[in-house]
Amino acid sequence: MQHLKPVKTLALASACAALFAGAAFADPDLSAELVINDGELTLVTRAPSDDVITPNLPERYSGWLFRDAATREMEMDDFENPAMLAVEAGADLWTTVDGSAGQSCADCHGDATESMAGVRAHMPHLNANGVLWSMEDYINNCRTERMGAEAWRWSGDQMTSMTSYISMQSRGMPVDVQIDGDAAPYWEQGREMYYTRYGQLELSCANCHEDSTGLMIRADHLSQGQISGFPTYRLKNAGIVSIHNRFRGCIRDTRAESFAEGSDEFRALELYVASRGMGLSVEGVSVRP
Amino acid sequence: MTDVRPRIRLPRSASAGDSIVVKTLVNHDMESGQRRNSAGETIPRQIINRFTCEFAGVMVIDAYLEPAISANPYIEFEAVVPASGDFVFTWYDDNGDVYTATETFEVS
Repeated sequence: MQHLKPVKTLALASACAALFAGAAFADPDLSAELVINDGELTLVTRAPSDDVITPNLPERYSGWLFRDAATREMEMDDFENPAMLAVEAGADLWTTVDGSAGQSCADCHGDATESMAGVRAHMPHLNANGVLWSMEDYINNCRTERMGAEAWRWSGDQMTSMTSYISMQSRGMPVDVQIDGDAAPYWEQGREMYYTRYGQLELSCANCHEDSTGLMIRADHLSQGQISGFPTYRLKNAGIVSIHNRFRGCIRDTRAESFAEGSDEFRALELYVASRGMGLSVEGVSVRP
Repeated sequence: MTDVRPRIRLPRSASAGDSIVVKTLVNHDMESGQRRNSAGETIPRQIINRFTCEFAGVMVIDAYLEPAISANPYIEFEAVVPASGDFVFTWYDDNGDVYTATETFEVS
């Protein structure tokens, strides 16, 4: 299994090999196929790498491949996927009138299964003024500017339900974010952050998710840190976790003072990390431990 | 819990006398009563404490749930269907609320 990681040191590589050879782990299983609802849809969980965005990755892997079999199976059936509860709640919010303008999302955007298809695949995305926005920014902008409603909290139940519902409309589409033109400075900022060591533990994103993919971190396997599966139902939270919430958790774990959800830093990092997963399927709403 | 939505899944078809797999899921916080809020006060326990399933008036399963069960309890079990009939599922909340769902199952 040495091909799981770019081999930088022999010691690490052999540790990795020993780990996989020695134990009867069923995970990570790179041959697993993410088939939804008994064949309704097959998601791409392995995509080719390239020399520009991910020169240090042999291949791009969905985090789904790194989870144990029981967790993987939860995502393969919409009934067993607990994130679908949030998707249903989001579908209700979509048609719920809110704010002084007396409008719902559906009044402008109609049927989300058509109007929102592909949205998640292109997020984060430059707005009309050339500023990088995450999906949460677009939602709150609609709420405050068009609906006359209050902005939702970034990781509040309503926001995560809505992002889950919108993301589901892109399930199966390949991640495809713009990183050139006006987006290039954001992407560069994100890449800079990815390779910057943070916190008392002096860890960068790359130390875990690039150098150590497949190794154990406590009781779990380190994935490549892809965000193609977000929003994610995390079993440990028993709820939906946003991309920025996950970033915050990771940086906190380096014992650093983290950036805030909805900060410019995290938008830039979101763009860069999203680009590292180009070619992987949007998973709609995934399940992770 | 203002917005509890039970979800049920039964197989598409089965013959009379077959054993079928019944899957149920209900969204519920299952607040254990062990946690405290930011002010340090105990958050009162509120869980689904009992789940039942009847088929054509006959009790199939009667389960008592405890606080260690995680949020959004998923319960799966097998049931023999002797003939066509209605499954009636009932969840009992600590606060006295009762949530029910009914599914008609036709044997082939």
